[in-house]
Amino acid sequence: MRIFRGTRTAGELKEYTLEAGEGMVVLDAVHRIQAEQAPDLAVRWNCKAGKCGSCSAEINGRPKLMCMTRLSDYPADETITVTPMKAFPLIRDLVTDVSWNYEVSKRIPAFKPRAPDAPDGTWRMYQYEVERPQEFRKCIECFLCQDVCHVLRTHEKHAEFMGPAFLVRAAVYEMHPLDEEDRRSYLRSEGGIGYCNITKCCTEVCPESITITDNAIIPLKERVVDASYDPLQALWRKLTG
Amino acid sequence: MGSSPSPGIRKYDYDVIVIGAGGAGLRAAIEAAAEGAKVGLICKSLLGKAHTVMAEGGAAAALGTVIATDNWRVHFRDTMRGGKMHNNWRMAQIHAQEAPDRIRELEAWGALFDRTDDGRINQRPFGGHTHARLAHVGDRTGLEMIRVLQDKAVHSGVDVHMECTVIKVPVAQGRAAGALAYFRETGRFALFRAGAVVLATGGIGKAWQVTSNSWEYTGDGHFLAYDAGAELIDMEFIQFHPTGMVWPPSVRGILVTEGVRGEGGVLRNARGDRFMFRYVPEMFKGDYAATEQESDAWVTGDRAKNRRPPELLTRDVVAKAIVKEIQEGRGSPHGGVLLDIAAKRPADYIKQKLPSMYHQFKELAGVDITREPMEIGPTIHYVMGGVKVDAETQMSTLPGLFAAGECAGGMHGANRLGGNSLSDLLVFGRRAGQAGAEFAKRSGRPAEIPSTEVEAAVQGALAPFERGNGENPFAVQAALQEVMQTQAGIVRDRGGLERALAELDGLKLRARRSGISGSREYNPGWHTVLDLRALLAVAEMTVRAALERTESRGGHTRSDHPDSDPKQERRQVVVRRDGDRMTVRWEPQPELPADLAKLIKEGA
Repeated sequence: MRIFRGTRTAGELKEYTLEAGEGMVVLDAVHRIQAEQAPDLAVRWNCKAGKCGSCSAEINGRPKLMCMTRLSDYPADETITVTPMKAFPLIRDLVTDVSWNYEVSKRIPAFKPRAPDAPDGTWRMYQYEVERPQEFRKCIECFLCQDVCHVLRTHEKHAEFMGPAFLVRAAVYEMHPLDEEDRRSYLRSEGGIGYCNITKCCTEVCPESITITDNAIIPLKERVVDASYDPLQALWRKLTG
Repeated sequence: MGSSPSPGIRKYDYDVIVIGAGGAGLRAAIEAAAEGAKVGLICKSLLGKAHTVMAEGGAAAALGTVIATDNWRVHFRDTMRGGKMHNNWRMAQIHAQEAPDRIRELEAWGALFDRTDDGRINQRPFGGHTHARLAHVGDRTGLEMIRVLQDKAVHSGVDVHMECTVIKVPVAQGRAAGALAYFRETGRFALFRAGAVVLATGGIGKAWQVTSNSWEYTGDGHFLAYDAGAELIDMEFIQFHPTGMVWPPSVRGILVTEGVRGEGGVLRNARGDRFMFRYVPEMFKGDYAATEQESDAWVTGDRAKNRRPPELLTRDVVAKAIVKEIQEGRGSPHGGVLLDIAAKRPADYIKQKLPSMYHQFKELAGVDITREPMEIGPTIHYVMGGVKVDAETQMSTLPGLFAAGECAGGMHGANRLGGNSLSDLLVFGRRAGQAGAEFAKRSGRPAEIPSTEVEAAVQGALAPFERGNGENPFAVQAALQEVMQTQAGIVRDRGGLERALAELDGLKLRARRSGISGSREYNPGWHTVLDLRALLAVAEMTVRAALERTESRGGHTRSDHPDSDPKQERRQVVVRRDGDRMTVRWEPQPELPADLAKLIKEGA
């Protein structure tokens, strides 16, 4: 196995050899190397079951969760290469500085519920209504979609584009049956939704199988366009006042 | 004793500092901020990765949306009986009374729970709960909860310090005065001065080999409180979750939600025998189905006329039954038993109700749970013991130091019911945040923390770098896990516990000799050396308390004392530090008020 070792200023791929045990995932191998050969090998992890989204990295160049990638997915004689996510500044080894994502998250206009439906202060929502935003709630904030998105990865538009992960977050609230906030102008300006040209790379890498482009981004784009650019709607608004 | 600022240490000032950003820590931070306090939140991982995110089944609250007759009294009674009457009764009462409001509040903050047909929050059945009581989102309830709380906290003006580990809670003039920590990224130290400190650090499961807990669960809050001089209780009570994955080896211990059984999953041994019918304890006779037919009828919806399946007994009972089946030679090929939902529910239903279990088995074990049974066995899951707190305020025996969630003791007695943890986090997280903010307002900023004390702690933390060729900290951690797994596991006896105590002494020496090379920047070897202090302390607490309690009750089973001893009922083992020595003593719990005692005895 080859693992990137190094810091922002200098680094290299280092080769480690170990015996693969039954059912082993890439994270197990990294941990074994850490415990036996390289105690200072930096790696993030928590749940080891694909639920927390901490152990994101690039495995043979593909953005993946290390805990959900089995060694047996690769031919036995192949050397597996593990490198850090490319779209974020490196801290050390496999750990990158993802703090930008938390800044973006903070700026999304917060959830604002309508007045309660019942006198006891509760709401009524039906399963078919909640299922749509529930899909986006599966997001584990692994940031693999951010990593693969060429707007961020290649063009480094971090200052102008919130990225697929936070379009998904915005979609949770935009499609929340109770929410009354209007995020369309935010999405268009600061969020930079126009940068997405729906190549669907994000959808392909999502470990939670969220249909990011089709179910979250495209409907959001439609809402934004409806609100600002649709000439028919604009004419209609003019006519009806 | 000088109070000049220690060079190179970053200083922060807060009214309230919360250590830990799982459900309890986030809820505490939100409440303290709502009280007008300036709040700092410290988390060991990135925000939103705490253990709560892994919680699957749901949050227990007597909302009464599925079974209208459910109310706090029934929930209280279930909690006390599940806890083998060892719970702090007032905490169990507050929890049962306030949980419904805390769940509804989450909905007001944006949570999307699964719904009933009439559009209210749906509730699912779970072990030890008389009625369907768990508000849930498929099998990823914890993820929903943490995301909602995370967004709420961030929009409440709480400062979040990520990837920051606390190594000491300094004490000044008899009260907790803040937190000394280091940032994982840079290895630099920070001193957080605060009027009140809330511990919400979770559990201690990383002291065992087979565990459902992540690297973070090294007992930090338990240790910080102990080190600061606060008392801890009930450390012998450890919950082994009955259903962890057992195969392949790399996934051993990963949690399989109790929701599988809540949705109708059955347990069978290698002979195909549905063994749980044989393990219904005296206290619960009559509450559970007597035949497979009755159990099936309950699963498919006729809950008025039929009783629930015995798979939904409390976790301690189910875990011990599984161990017995395996010990007596009726285990599955990889040393577990079989959990089968495919035989009881159609594939689409399973995928809708248990999507992450489907995914987890498919990806990690190559098992399709809609077609074949899962192989499962007990895994360390939760510690019932923790910091001794006041039921109303969550303040520990050290003024200004609060604890909420798993690191606090008392609420769950000798065994926690599934689903009671998520609601515990909300109920007592809120109370701790509120009381912490009030305490800080009332008492003002604490006295200056002596810089000599800070310096000494920093020097101690950096010492492993001077032992570049020292003992490998990962090897010491592995040795500790083996000792605890074999000598202080699900079934214990005096001989094993005494051996464990002796071996822990040896491990303490090895930990002191452990060293690390490399830099201070994001160095997991160094972090592990520092975590060892806490791990060794909580392991010793568990072993000492387990030696004291010469009976079996809930999450504490002694093969040399297999029965419950009425003389030890509602008496607890209290642990505290006396200089360098760990001391234990017994203390009786306050008696239950007559009306609550009657409620438990006669039913709600």
